[in-house]
Amino acid sequence: MEITRRRLLVLLPAAAAAWKYVLAGTPEASPNYQMTAHWWGMLIDIPKCIGCGSCVRACAAENDVPEGNYRTWIERYHVADWRIERPEVESPDGGKNGFPPNQDTGGKNFFVPKLCNQCADSPCTQVCPVGATFVTPDGAVLVDKTYCLGCRYCVQACPYGCRFINPKTNTAEKCSLCYHRITKGLTTACCEVCPTGARQLADLKNPKDPIHEFLRTHNVQVLKPHMATGAKVFYNGMDGSVR
Amino acid sequence: MPEANPRYRRALRFCGAYRRPIRRGTRNLFKDTEHLIRLVVVIAVALLLFAVLRTAVVPRSFGQYGHYRGAAIAETAARPIAFAGHDACETCHTDVVDQKKQGKHVVVACEACHGALAKHADDPNSMTPPKLDTAVVCARCHEANSAKPKEFPQVVTADHSGGIACDTCHQPHRPKIEEKTEDEKTQAKAETKAGGKK
Repeated sequence: MEITRRRLLVLLPAAAAAWKYVLAGTPEASPNYQMTAHWWGMLIDIPKCIGCGSCVRACAAENDVPEGNYRTWIERYHVADWRIERPEVESPDGGKNGFPPNQDTGGKNFFVPKLCNQCADSPCTQVCPVGATFVTPDGAVLVDKTYCLGCRYCVQACPYGCRFINPKTNTAEKCSLCYHRITKGLTTACCEVCPTGARQLADLKNPKDPIHEFLRTHNVQVLKPHMATGAKVFYNGMDGSVR
Repeated sequence: MPEANPRYRRALRFCGAYRRPIRRGTRNLFKDTEHLIRLVVVIAVALLLFAVLRTAVVPRSFGQYGHYRGAAIAETAARPIAFAGHDACETCHTDVVDQKKQGKHVVVACEACHGALAKHADDPNSMTPPKLDTAVVCARCHEANSAKPKEFPQVVTADHSGGIACDTCHQPHRPKIEEKTEDEKTQAKAETKAGGKK
């Protein structure tokens, strides 16, 4: 094609518009949010959990979680009096629709909500071959779904079983700690709807956050501490049988 | 012994190796320089190609914060919200807030029962939340289960209400009811059952 003056005059503004689009990049989501000022985690108060499944339903609604997969789920534990290392755990449909009444055969019965532990030294980000999953400067473990290959390394690496492959996109998916909400000053969807306050979003870098007082005055644990994942989901009142 | 280049000899002397006998073929050390130059050119072109390809293929924000695409953070944060949060509800529905304050349900967020309503909060006329079936919604939390904390109020709905809607007797925003006589209770139940049959 010969470049005449007329054609050039048409092409130049088009090229300028395209270049402007390239430069613009992604939109700024929350201009007042300082990533370095936060270090997010969560507190789960097991004695308060009633297993209503509100968190599971809210998570699915908020994050468009495909049916049959769960970014958060609830487990019901039944521990016989003397077999603490062999708890009976069930989670029908992730606890989305609550739990059927159980036969109380003695022992301990309780609910444990589970979600991504937002590990500071997360095994899942370490195994990603392309850098599609990462710990953000404010402590959330996210998946870059446009960069994920769907190789499933991270699904295997997570010691908590918190990841799955989205059947629609064929990429890894997990709890994002409602990153689109917490950066806007809201709490996560699961914490928002929890009727008993069993789940609480915690900002460990904020000295005024009640989490600090709570951690000082309660017997708080993380899941699988021997794996040294730097998990930031803290469980209060957790029984030794919980895995 | 072939004549060594005087300049080369000077260099050797400088290195303190002058006395070492110059071996055969040393004179021709740089005879095939063009081979080296070719090699260097090939490597340089390959490196240049790599650099050009790398800049073209790797996203610009990759490595901004770590070994990942920095722009992915903003993309994740840009997702629209589905739950408005109880603060948004309470700016308009102050009557419900006052009602809730009188009972235990003050700690329960609106969207825990009413569902995700960010659309309604953005534009109240665009959608209105559907009416809830209290027989289902209340039971989600209050149906008896041995795994629930003992101090949490629980009922076996089949025995407690027989499956009728909870808001027949309870006000969901302030669930505690003033003590009624047994007659009133049975009357209310009978009325609802009769109403349901119609």
